[in-house]
Amino acid sequence: MAIEVSATDPPDDGSVGIIETQTVQLFEPPASLTLAGGGTLDAVTVAFETYGTLSPERDNAIFICHALTGDAHAAGRRVGDPDSLGWWDDFVGPGKGLDTDRYFVICANVLGGCQGTTGPGDSSPEPDSPWGLEFPFITVDDIVSVHAALVKHLGVEKLLAVIGGSLGGMQVLEWAARFPDTIGSAIVLASGAKLTARGIAFNAIGRRAILVDPNFNDGNYYGTGEVPRFGLGLARMVAHLTYLSEASIEMKFGRRLQDGDRFAYDLARETEFQVESYLHYQGKRFVERFDANSYLYLTRAMDYFDLAATHGSLPEALGRTDARYLVVSYSTDWLFPTSQSREVVSAMVEAGRDTTFLEFESPYGHDAFLVELDQLAAVVAPFLEQTLESQRGAG
Amino acid sequence: MNATRYSMPGPDAELIDELLVEQIDEGSRVIDLGCGDGRLLDRLRSDRNCRVLGVELGEAEVTAVIGRGLPVIRADLDQGLGDVPDDSFDTAVLSQTLQQVHSPTTVLREMLRVAFRALVVVPNFGHWRVRLNVIQHGRAPVTDALPYEWYDTPNLHVCSMHDIRDLVKQLGMTVVREIPIIGGRPVENAWWANLRADSALYLLERASE
Repeated sequence: MAIEVSATDPPDDGSVGIIETQTVQLFEPPASLTLAGGGTLDAVTVAFETYGTLSPERDNAIFICHALTGDAHAAGRRVGDPDSLGWWDDFVGPGKGLDTDRYFVICANVLGGCQGTTGPGDSSPEPDSPWGLEFPFITVDDIVSVHAALVKHLGVEKLLAVIGGSLGGMQVLEWAARFPDTIGSAIVLASGAKLTARGIAFNAIGRRAILVDPNFNDGNYYGTGEVPRFGLGLARMVAHLTYLSEASIEMKFGRRLQDGDRFAYDLARETEFQVESYLHYQGKRFVERFDANSYLYLTRAMDYFDLAATHGSLPEALGRTDARYLVVSYSTDWLFPTSQSREVVSAMVEAGRDTTFLEFESPYGHDAFLVELDQLAAVVAPFLEQTLESQRGAG
Repeated sequence: MNATRYSMPGPDAELIDELLVEQIDEGSRVIDLGCGDGRLLDRLRSDRNCRVLGVELGEAEVTAVIGRGLPVIRADLDQGLGDVPDDSFDTAVLSQTLQQVHSPTTVLREMLRVAFRALVVVPNFGHWRVRLNVIQHGRAPVTDALPYEWYDTPNLHVCSMHDIRDLVKQLGMTVVREIPIIGGRPVENAWWANLRADSALYLLERASE
């Protein structure tokens, strides 16, 4: 499981270096994955990456649960692509928040995704026919089941930590409830035990944009050369806005115009303000890397997630594990406001769990967990160190 | 100011820690409000095998608590302890902090909401040196025990042992124990305590119904 470093491309910039995404088949017949929504999948391909080295005691493994549109490529660069830095590279690497000199870090693409793990864009049991909307319904439970199976496959009985932000944080909470004995700690960033009504509403707008795109074609657009790019792009524009705060948009763009300082008085010019141009760019880039059907499935999984409803109550769900909890929220996050974190913290304390909680002051809104990484590392690094120490002491 | 508001390590911090540890039962659940860097919690965990939780506002202090491997919640005591459910602890501790919060009554009520017992250590502004200081100079007192100028002090409230007793009574709480700290030593049932004590420790409980 050692990291793969090519001789021509040494890791000289504090990164983990060149990383190759690996794949594995899990739940192969005669096994199968029974989904919380009632369906089954016979065999699941999982795309994952690992960084650092598993200790001989196998007690230093950390699993990263990525957010809605993330992927397995959390750190390092891909072979032959110097611009392909992982999405959490500033946080995962030698001497960083998740220190790959000390820990063995795993990140996998989620079930239902489109970056290597089985999802609606993959071939269904029908020959040469992608699933599309025939793909079975998936939930956060199912995503976590696949992650847990991967961890087991990698020979790790108990993770030192499972960590994630946003939809990733939901996976962490679900993990603690479903597989309480497999984790030493659970780190939940900018997340909550359920999505707010406003969060569901924004997801609904995104899905609506995709569903009414003429190229959507009931999800059967694979192989046609056309994808619902307007719908998916628009979905991303709306969602992206929910990741920023009022302050961060003002800081970044204000009312500045893209070209010159005069209005064009031309409605067809959709990128007149810098903020418009930025959102269009975000939409366009997103379409290049993400599948519309995956977006539908994963946002729905997020809407449906309700830890208390699934497990009886929050203290019931969160009290099953002996894991130490670390919960972090951000002052300007309005997608997962601090009240969402406080709700889970309260349940953890009620359940008598070892609970640490901080709200960080940050102007970056929901995105802060991807941006404000020095302050996060200052808390996560000692938390992990102490967790490992106490585990080794107890063992 | 906020960064250090809830941690004012006095010269007799260790003595007070010692005194607090003595009041706390083996294996009990303890929440320390304004826990600073977690020094007391660390002792309670190792010496008393307690299940602990710290509450602290300062970011550097919170990081220090995490570095000790102890659980901590970053919160402003003046906002209440909304995250902490009723009766989730046996003892709530508030050491040298009551005079620094905006609303001492809110904090005391919150303590006895989340825990059955409260241990509170408060500096005594009724000490004779403080009184003499005021009479002699006609100015806000500055003494060894209270070394702050009036315009630059974490101590928002000035109260004596008599005042604390009145407040506790008014809030319908019971003083189970009162230990004046005189000349760096705990002296239970001291004569003229309100004149002689630098600070005092109170063990409070909810009034029996």
